[in-house]
Amino acid sequence: MAWKTDTLTGWGRVLSGSAQIARPEKPSAIARVVADTPAPAVGAQRSYGDPAINTDGKAIDMNRLDRFISFDAKTGVLEAEAGVSITQMLQTFAPQGWMPTVMPGTGFATLGGCIANDAHGKNHHGVGTFGQYVISIELIGADGKTKTVTPKKNKTLFEATVGGLGQTGIIISAKIQLTECSSRLIQVDERRATNLSEFMDMLKSSTATYCVGWIDGTANGQSLGRGILEEAELTKSNMAPKLRKSRKVPFNAPSFALSPPTVRAFNRMYFNRVPATGRGVLRSLEDFFFPLDKIHDWNKLYGKRGFHQFQCVLPDDTAERTLREMLRLIADSGLASPLAVLKRTGPGRAGPLSFTMEGFTLALDFPNSAKSIKLVETLNEMTTEAGGRIYFAKDSLATAKQAHAMYPELAAWQKTVKTADPKGHFKTDLVRRLKLRDSK
Amino acid sequence: MSETWIVLGASSSMGRAFARKVAAEGAHVVLAAREKDDLARTAADCTSRGAPSATPVVFDARDPKSFAPIYKAAKKNEGIINAAVFVGSMAPQADVDADPNIGDFTIQDNFTGPANFLHGLAPIMESRKGGTVLGIGSVAGDRGRIGNYTYGSAKAGFHTYLSGLRNRLNRSGGHVVTVKPGFVDTAMTWGIEGMFLVASPDQIADDLWKAHLKKKNTLYTPWFWRYIMAIIKSIPEPIFKKLSV
Repeated sequence: MAWKTDTLTGWGRVLSGSAQIARPEKPSAIARVVADTPAPAVGAQRSYGDPAINTDGKAIDMNRLDRFISFDAKTGVLEAEAGVSITQMLQTFAPQGWMPTVMPGTGFATLGGCIANDAHGKNHHGVGTFGQYVISIELIGADGKTKTVTPKKNKTLFEATVGGLGQTGIIISAKIQLTECSSRLIQVDERRATNLSEFMDMLKSSTATYCVGWIDGTANGQSLGRGILEEAELTKSNMAPKLRKSRKVPFNAPSFALSPPTVRAFNRMYFNRVPATGRGVLRSLEDFFFPLDKIHDWNKLYGKRGFHQFQCVLPDDTAERTLREMLRLIADSGLASPLAVLKRTGPGRAGPLSFTMEGFTLALDFPNSAKSIKLVETLNEMTTEAGGRIYFAKDSLATAKQAHAMYPELAAWQKTVKTADPKGHFKTDLVRRLKLRDSK
Repeated sequence: MSETWIVLGASSSMGRAFARKVAAEGAHVVLAAREKDDLARTAADCTSRGAPSATPVVFDARDPKSFAPIYKAAKKNEGIINAAVFVGSMAPQADVDADPNIGDFTIQDNFTGPANFLHGLAPIMESRKGGTVLGIGSVAGDRGRIGNYTYGSAKAGFHTYLSGLRNRLNRSGGHVVTVKPGFVDTAMTWGIEGMFLVASPDQIADDLWKAHLKKKNTLYTPWFWRYIMAIIKSIPEPIFKKLSV
């Protein structure tokens, strides 16, 4: 197998590292590579920090293993290779009446990546995480042998793999349960929330299948935590949606593009765009589930300095108090970008390293700077103290101590991983940075 | 009614990308490649994406006996039969220099093999009154260069064959596109130094489909290779023979 020296970069473009990368196109080829040179798998490189970076090491690019293996149109069970993207699944099977049960905020994410991060979507409060719909996984271990992992046959290994950041082996394909999809059009109701407690009440009492909130990270005082609540239900229309054309960010944007006054003005406009009485709009599934995918390379909008995404989940008992403090700190700093999300999460999770818990999740982007690093570090500490968690798929700044405190089942996970990969071949920069495979 | 596409070289990156493209358009596919082990999976991929049928068949450009089962599989479907030919091999020029017999294989894989296959297919296409042949040549066939002129000359021969076949099939409503791709991001070019302006197989597949619909005669893909090659072709021979481009 040919190895190519290339740079692996997180989506936030702050962390990157050079690695030698192999890109097999057949399952037999990948088995041969792993038997010879076990190395972590990388997919679409949509994690923000360093879970798919292996500086000065090796990596196996899974993007060319992207075929559907079987699909049962009666039951909605799909088996596919790990490099298949969520968009590919949606676009292929929605016309046949099926779609992935859980879809993360970008359709570029791969099947393997969604399992390894136990991704969640806009319906988490109702259905849980991606991993809960995985029926079986074909996993190549550090010994180069492929085995079928299911929640029944080898429960511990299955759970350690789902959300396991690739540490138990390479996921080459998986069988998942799709969900029925009545239409390719979705009805979205948008309503204003004028402050944080109103917003949280609206999110908590929402009965919509899909529910997500945009939050204004620049609003302060009376309007602290204001935003727009989006509740959505699939329609019954069988018409094909009109898809917007995709565009590309051609070069790094200058730093003033996301300076505090621009963001404040933009956010005010974005909030006021929805009338005080609310409104309903009809969107294509792609536009609703993957709002930014139409703008290719949107991460370049932050310029060459890159950005950090902070995403935490907070349990109900501490959520409101902590969110209020966090938002005040964020608004005072003036560092937030317009991309900010507040969402209700349910109890669903599939593995010991899964991110979600019942409560609220907040996600915000900050252009990279010494000040924003300091702010995110503070937010990480507040999350730890509030009994919450940071999402590994987004993180670039948490500490090992915080990670160990946030994920109490880590020790049990480590035991399984130690058996699966005793020599640590599948370690990545994130695993080393957060000492996820060390006892403390 | 669904058309049929024969994809020769269906386990190559470009062949795979094109097979799934035509599958999504609702065509029957006949997938031919040298190794069968992985073809069944590509076939399953095609049916998931909308192909009414997908038949894997073993094909070896150096073995004319392997041609008939492909014709047979295609003829089973009614309607128009099309073919996209992605087969080929590129032995490094240095290997050919060391053992001239290797040159024969290069010519068989890139020229005589696929040309003979198409020659057997032509009467079948004519009887069905239509169909497109997408013949994958190469920009390397536009001029003999020191780096790969055995490969280049085989491709040039294939280009000339395609031009003649276009002339012939045109009379029965058929069409031939001579395709000249530049650098494509495939397993063959992975990790090779000096690659630039590399296109993805999906990009090439989209271009091929458009060229088929528009009945283009010659397609450079991506498009700018037409101009790069125009420059290379226009260099006078007294100067060109001293260059190593």
